[in-house]
Amino acid sequence: MAAKLPTTIDETLKLLTSADYVADRSLATSVFLALAMKRPLFLEGEAGVGKTEIAKVMAASLGRELIRLQCYEGLDIAQAAYEWNYSRQMIEIRLAEAAGEKSKDKLAADIFSERFLIKRPLARALEGAPGKAPVLLIDELDRTDEPFEAYLLEVLSDFQITIPETGTLKAAEPPIVVITSNRTREIHDAVKRRCLYHWVDYPDAARELDILRRKAPKAAENLSREIVTFVQRLRTVDLFKLPGVAETIDWANALVALDKIALDPQTVNDTLGVLLKYQDDIERIAGQEAERLTAEAKAAAAA
Amino acid sequence: MLLVPESTPGHGKLAENVMHFARILRGAGLRVGPDRVIDCMKAIELAGTARRDDFYWTMSAIFLSREEQRPIFDQAFQIFWRDPKLLEKMMQALLPATYGKTGREEQEQSQRLTDALFNKKRDEPEQQPEQKIDLDAKLTFSSREVLQRMDFDTMTAAELAEAKKMLAQLRLPLPEVRTRRQAPDARGARVDLRATLRASLRGGSAMIPLVRTAPKTLHPPLVVLCDISGSMNPYARMFLHFLHAITNDRDRVSVFVFGTRLTNVTRQLKHRDVDVAMTRVADAIKDWSGGTRIGTCLHDFNFKWGRRVLGQNACLLLVTDGLDREAGEGLAEEMERLRMACRYIIWMNPLLRYDKFEAKPAGVRAMLPYVDRFLPVHNLKSLIDLGRMMGEPARRTTLSRAKRTH
Repeated sequence: MAAKLPTTIDETLKLLTSADYVADRSLATSVFLALAMKRPLFLEGEAGVGKTEIAKVMAASLGRELIRLQCYEGLDIAQAAYEWNYSRQMIEIRLAEAAGEKSKDKLAADIFSERFLIKRPLARALEGAPGKAPVLLIDELDRTDEPFEAYLLEVLSDFQITIPETGTLKAAEPPIVVITSNRTREIHDAVKRRCLYHWVDYPDAARELDILRRKAPKAAENLSREIVTFVQRLRTVDLFKLPGVAETIDWANALVALDKIALDPQTVNDTLGVLLKYQDDIERIAGQEAERLTAEAKAAAAA
Repeated sequence: MLLVPESTPGHGKLAENVMHFARILRGAGLRVGPDRVIDCMKAIELAGTARRDDFYWTMSAIFLSREEQRPIFDQAFQIFWRDPKLLEKMMQALLPATYGKTGREEQEQSQRLTDALFNKKRDEPEQQPEQKIDLDAKLTFSSREVLQRMDFDTMTAAELAEAKKMLAQLRLPLPEVRTRRQAPDARGARVDLRATLRASLRGGSAMIPLVRTAPKTLHPPLVVLCDISGSMNPYARMFLHFLHAITNDRDRVSVFVFGTRLTNVTRQLKHRDVDVAMTRVADAIKDWSGGTRIGTCLHDFNFKWGRRVLGQNACLLLVTDGLDREAGEGLAEEMERLRMACRYIIWMNPLLRYDKFEAKPAGVRAMLPYVDRFLPVHNLKSLIDLGRMMGEPARRTTLSRAKRTH
């Protein structure tokens, strides 16, 4: 069931919250504008702050199909947009020859018809009916290379794909486009210019606690508080990779699985690998630092 | 004139103010075109102007294209949407020094124009008249040869100027790496079915010629970390000219300079005109000819920039004499991390020109095990050699072996 698009920022905020995504007002503004102006939304931020999740939540709450394009180096048109079904085309040529078809032009028109076109995510995203356009998630655009970015320009600005053999594929209704980037490389300004930009930051303590209540409901209230305070403090330490929200949720679930109802230094040390993903970071925090942070978190959570 | 947006949205006034705001952002170095002004008007209409934070985030979504621009945007927003007139005044007083074009720069431009018109050599401030060597306007081959061998720090200003000209023509041929993207190639291993089908329809014969492809090769991204501390002074300036030449020669070059702190000067070096680029770099660098804290700067690089610029098989060029004020403290760890993040590390060291140079300083000893190539860079010839050597495919020494030999 396709839901109606929100008409104000407050409605957008409510919509995202109803799908268990705790957004702040700045993100809701960007999402609302992207929907209203029919512009792609460009989300940048550290890993694990919930960029991909936004697209999923938008698709779920609006009742739209989610089409995901995971980017990687060397991604080309055949995998991203469309491909011809060569083997079927070959068979078609043989059949036509056997039937005595002589006209090259007619044959070309026959085999380059939509029947033989295999549509990949970008082309499928342009097929939405009015009011039911899908959500297109172009995930981790920074992983691909510059030529693919250039190819995206046509899709993002005009919502169309030009196929040299047949013509142009144009969307009846433009898809809702969400692009994410982990910033391992700067994306070209030409792409960003066509999008609405939003930097997704780590949440503040109140919002993170709210997220934890929704995403790890089994964790005791007190434990959740301690976890959030611990992680928030951890983010002020000079680490190679700071823990994201995803790590916080994982950690809470891990502690629940271990039947913990409060933090203690031993458990923190044992489960640090859930939060920190680099050996030097773990080495730095494990032991005294972990003990200090745990004590601080307990004191702050109790207050 | 009432310009506060919270008042009744008198549409004409608001549009005018948005336009002025965009112009101010543009002046401060943000890339804001007229299309974004139009977008912004649409967005404001949709989002409404009832709440100041909505207004802020609407404009932020439209005008920003990277998070680093936020501080500038914030300041401009705070001042402008209180009193636009005030900001204009402040812009005139403040911004030209930091962002955008400076008056001084134009002056220099015109000085260079005069030089070009009247063919007069400009006197460099550090030039000493008695040391001046007259050079023919056209360099003969032999004088070029002499210049190539001469050490940067013994050159006169005139010689330096000539050397700069030669540097501007220097290119850096890095070995190319294979990508996963395919390009047509008659001897390629893969068959491009799409092109084959198209070709078969074109031809008249019963034969179907196969169109083949092979993986494309591409220059890997290049990241340069250049030491600009006091001990590197005579070389760093020349090296910046060289870096300007290679930055403008190809894509995907990032340049950082460091002394006591790390500065990213890639954007400044991107300016086509070498003198304008140098002025901007000089403005950006706050620690010219100071001390060196290699370990701290590499730490900064690893934490803030490593993951952003060292992707896709990047090559790292390290230019430093390895003389560290902190005596190599923490340097080995940072070098190891750096080494794991990039394809290979080339270290260029001006101290290598002394035949008796030994790896005595603690900083040098800490860094050496992690370097794939260790080269001299004290004169033009060594830079030209460097170009040649880097063209050859580099064989990466394994870490364990490197550690054993040092």
